[in-house]
Parts: sequence; C-alpha cells; structure tokens
Amino acid sequence: MSSPTNTSTHHTSTIGSIGAPSRRNTELALLVFAVLIPVFAYANVGLAIDDEVPAGLLSYGLGLGLLAGVGHLVVRKFAPYADPLLLPLATLLNGLGLVAIWRLDQSALLRGIGVAGGKATNQLIYTALGIALFSVVLIFLKDHRVLQRYTYISMVGALVLLLLPLVPGLGADITYGAKIWIQVGSFTIQPGEFAKIVLAVFFAGYLMVKRDALALASRRFMGLYLPRGRDLGPIIVVWMISILILVFETDLGTSLLFFGMFVIMLYVATERTSWIVFGLLMSAVGAVGVASFEPHVQTRVQAWLDPMREYTLSRTPNGDGMVHSEQAMQALWAFGSGGTLGTGWGQGHSELIRFAANSDFILATFGEELGLAGIMAILLIYGLIVERGVRTALAARDPFGKLLAIGLSGAFALQVFVVAGGVMGLIPLTGMTMPFLAYGGSSVIANWALIGILIRISDTARRPAPAPAPNPDAEMTQVVRPS
Amino acid sequence: MSELTLTVMRLGFLAVLWLFVIVAVQVIRSDLFGTRVTQRGSRRESGRPQQAARQAAPPPQRQQASGGRQRRNAPTKLVVTEGTLTGTTVALQGQTITLGRAHDSTIVLDDDYASSRHARIYPDRDGQWIVEDLGSTNGTYLDRTRLTTPTPIAPGAPIRIGKTVIELRK
Repeated sequence: MSSPTNTSTHHTSTIGSIGAPSRRNTELALLVFAVLIPVFAYANVGLAIDDEVPAGLLSYGLGLGLLAGVGHLVVRKFAPYADPLLLPLATLLNGLGLVAIWRLDQSALLRGIGVAGGKATNQLIYTALGIALFSVVLIFLKDHRVLQRYTYISMVGALVLLLLPLVPGLGADITYGAKIWIQVGSFTIQPGEFAKIVLAVFFAGYLMVKRDALALASRRFMGLYLPRGRDLGPIIVVWMISILILVFETDLGTSLLFFGMFVIMLYVATERTSWIVFGLLMSAVGAVGVASFEPHVQTRVQAWLDPMREYTLSRTPNGDGMVHSEQAMQALWAFGSGGTLGTGWGQGHSELIRFAANSDFILATFGEELGLAGIMAILLIYGLIVERGVRTALAARDPFGKLLAIGLSGAFALQVFVVAGGVMGLIPLTGMTMPFLAYGGSSVIANWALIGILIRISDTARRPAPAPAPNPDAEMTQVVRPS
Repeated sequence: MSELTLTVMRLGFLAVLWLFVIVAVQVIRSDLFGTRVTQRGSRRESGRPQQAARQAAPPPQRQQASGGRQRRNAPTKLVVTEGTLTGTTVALQGQTITLGRAHDSTIVLDDDYASSRHARIYPDRDGQWIVEDLGSTNGTYLDRTRLTTPTPIAPGAPIRIGKTVIELRK
C-alpha cells in the first residue's frame, strides 16, 4: 500500500514544482465562507420564527461543514489543480436549499398536508449521498477521457433511463403533473436527472467523431450554412426522442433540456450558427404541435398565459374535468410580496403554495424572503457555476473534454432557466427542480456527480503540462573512465 | 425578537450573500488577467527575461513557466512547410508539442505514413528545442538523417514526418 502512495505523491510534487498555483487554499477559504452563510441564515430563521437560536444550529453547521470538508479533501488529494470555485458555489446553494427546506418544515400548514416535516434531515442525507458520489467520481475517474470508450453504451443507458418512467408498474403513478418519476420500494427516483449526465457523455463522444462531417459538408444559402439532408439525421433523431418524451411523459422541461443540450453541443462542435436556427425552429414546431393535442401540456400553457384565470378556476368547482393549477399565480404573488429586499428569512408566507412548496417552487420562497436582491445573487451563483464550466471547456485540451464540459454546463444552465423561467412565469411550468436548492434526492445526487465530472475535467485542463521525460541516455548511461 | 434586529439580520444576510458573489468574481479575475500572451513581445525587446517572467507570474495555465529559459535567438514559432497542413503555425511558448494522428496531438497529422503518436518537440532546461521520435513506424527525419535519440533542432532545419515537413522559425 505504501509504495503506490509514495509514487503518486512524488509524481504530484514533481508537477507542482513547475509553478502553476493549485489554488486549493482559495477554495478552502471560499468553502468556509460558503458554510457560514447558510449557518447565518439558519440562525436567522430560528430567531424570526421561534425567537431563539434553533437547537439544531450546531449539528446542522457541523454536518454541512463536515460534508464540505470531505469534498475539499477529496479534491485536494485527487484533483489538486481543479477549479477553485465550483465546489464552494455548489456547497453554498446546497446549504441555502437546506435552510429553505428546514424553514418550510417549520410551517404547521405544510406539515398538516404532509409536504413538510423532517424534510431537511432527509435532504442532509441526500447531500451526504451526493458528496459520496462526488468523491467516487473524483477517486475512480482518473481521466475523463475514459468515458469516451462508453459512447454508445451511454446512449443505450440514457434511453433506458429516459424510458423507465413509462414502464408499467415501475413508473410512479402520480396523477398530477409529469410522468418523470419511478417508484422503487418506498423511494421515488427521477431518472431524467441522471440521464442528463449520461446523455452528455454520449453526445460528446458522438460529436467528437462526427463533427467534421457535420461542419464542413454544407451549402451556403442566405448567409447560413445549410447542412446536407443526410447530415440532418442525428438532430432529427434527438428531436423525435424529445418529442416522444413530451408526448408520453408530458414534461416540457425534460424534453427542452435534452434537445437544447444537443443543439448547444452541436453548435460548439461545428461552429455553425445554422444548427441553432434549425434547433429553435424544430423545438418551436414540436412544442406548438404537441401542445395542440395534449391536454396536460395545454393546461400548463393556459396557466402560463393567464395565471389569474387558472387560479380563479381552481378555487371554484366548475366540473369541466380539468385540473387547474393555482400555483403559478401563487408563485408570482410570493415574488411580488417579497419586493426588492424581501420579507426576511422565516417571515414570508410561501407555505401558502402548499404542494411542492419545497421542491418545484422553492425559488418562490427565496423570492419572497430574500427579495429581488437575494434572487439576483442566487441566479448569479448559478451563472458563476455555468461560467466555470464553460471556462473549463475553453481550457480543456482534448475535444472530448471540451464537449463534455460544455454539454454538462449547458444542461445545468438550461435546467436553471427552465425552472426559474417556469416559476417566474416566463415560460410554462415544468416538472423539473432547481439544482441543489430544491428538495429531492435524485436532483441533489445527480448534480453533485455533474460537479464532480466538471472538477475532474478542469483538473486535467489546468494541470501544468508534465516536464519532458528525462533523456534516458543522459541520465542512465554512465561514462566509465579509467582513472 | 425585535423588529430592528430582524431588519438588520435581513439586510445583513443579503450583504453577506452579495459579498460572497463579489469574492467569487474576484477569484475569477486571475483567469482574465493572469494569462498574458502579449507579454512575450515586450519580453524580447526588454531583454530581461527574468523580470518579465515575474510579471507574468499569475497562472499561465497551460504553459510551463518558460520565461527564464527563453534565449535571445530562440525560435518563436513552428511552421508546417509541406503536406496537407502547409501554412499552419504554432507559437512556441515552452510547451511540449506532440505530432501524430491521435486526436489529442498538438498537430494532428492526416497522413497514412504517420503513427498516432509520432514525435514530440519540447524545450530542454536551457531552452533548446529538442525533437524526439516516439517509436514511430516510419521514422522522423531531421534534415536527411533518421532520428534515433532526442536531437536538438537547428533553426531552419526541416523535420520530416511522412509527407509533412515542419521547421522552427524566429
């Protein structure tokens, strides 16, 4: 055991001597900051609701700090040159999410309908599992290019994950909303969250090989490069799959996420604007087409166009057999009553959103209690994570790593856009959750794995190039001179 | 809890949250201003490589700290003079340049006579550029001689790999 350890330490120190700073201490300082902010928020909630510092403050702070510390040590040991910001940013979001979930746990109204109560403890366990998966990724994935070998296995894996919720008996029978959960024992899992990562691996491996054909074989027409008909194949297949998701799982978010991720990666791989134009046209055609006959999607669109009417309808029994959503309007009210600076932790009334207050609509709680100023900060933190991902892609030296980093950060950005846009009424509501903030095991665990892969790529990208191998003739050969 | 305390805490929390964002952005600044490619021109003019190296100290990510080793007459770019990649140039910044058909090579050769990891060019400790054959099938030629050991490259000497010829130039 000791000899491999010695070798690896020796190896690392050799590289370190070349002189690029690893920035691990910057990461540690930011991480301490990122743990203290949620602890402050936690104390604030307790003081506002119960007039006293909550009893669980110490254990909560220690728990979050311990998890962050484990993450930091794993990065320090296994990815010493990784980006210093990804881990603290994700930790801060996760910590704030925990506080908001715990704050909603305090609401008697939500406990009464079974939405809240002990959820923060669950979320802390999910976070621990997420950090565990994050560590596993960093320890066992020594080089992200290994994933390239599993290009087509990833495709099959992603399709299976996406189709699992449709399997009879396995898909969770939730009558409202999208069919994106599966039921295993007493757990519900959202396989789409994991499919996001697996699919990015497939797209990256596939586009790396095919990008020349997709980029070069084209005709110029009205300032756009039009691809040949037969090169349209892949984008049409992905489009059809995302349409199928939309029809059978009735989830606009998942569908938009996968198609959008593919278009982003296609654009980055080929540098052709025409793919973006095609992608936008195809998603518009698909969404409008499906919305014209799918009642569930129609309800969502109506709630988006006229949330007040839906709210009124949901309050008055009218017997039209449709499920009307009051949440869209309530979320907007929550944002409105928050104003610029918010009501303060624990002093809002976002529990009135009732169902899904701590998952899909958790952003409304932040909007009400932290106000516009807080929401902007949170969106900026998401933006910084995406920026670090894109920066990693720019710095990565291999095309597969570049595409994978772009795909993962693009998917992350799209998910934030789809959820935040839905809650704020910019686009129709979907069944996705805010990464790291929202309550839910699948989401937290999958997003920690995503951050793990990004950290692995950024470690490879920022690692200084190894010194040329010592000349064997110069060092091994000794000239023996007769003295 | 008094109204005043809660207001102070509310505003204090927002301030702390924004402080975190600002600190994070400060950390990013090193990415924007740390890699200074233009420094190389002034470094040669000033002729004081040690000082210039110190100026460019914040992490030039991919390159080794090569400042101290740069020679006055050192070549600054690698030019492909024959083959399908004719006209391609790569700036020499102290990094190792790999040549071959492998996707992750610095110069990806599209040539049936090239091996996937054919050769590499790197600076030794004195800043002298060295070409080394990485056990290729068809060999790497410097001028007319096939390489057997890592060999220093004279300026202007053609390095032939399959149908591709490259040179180091100032």
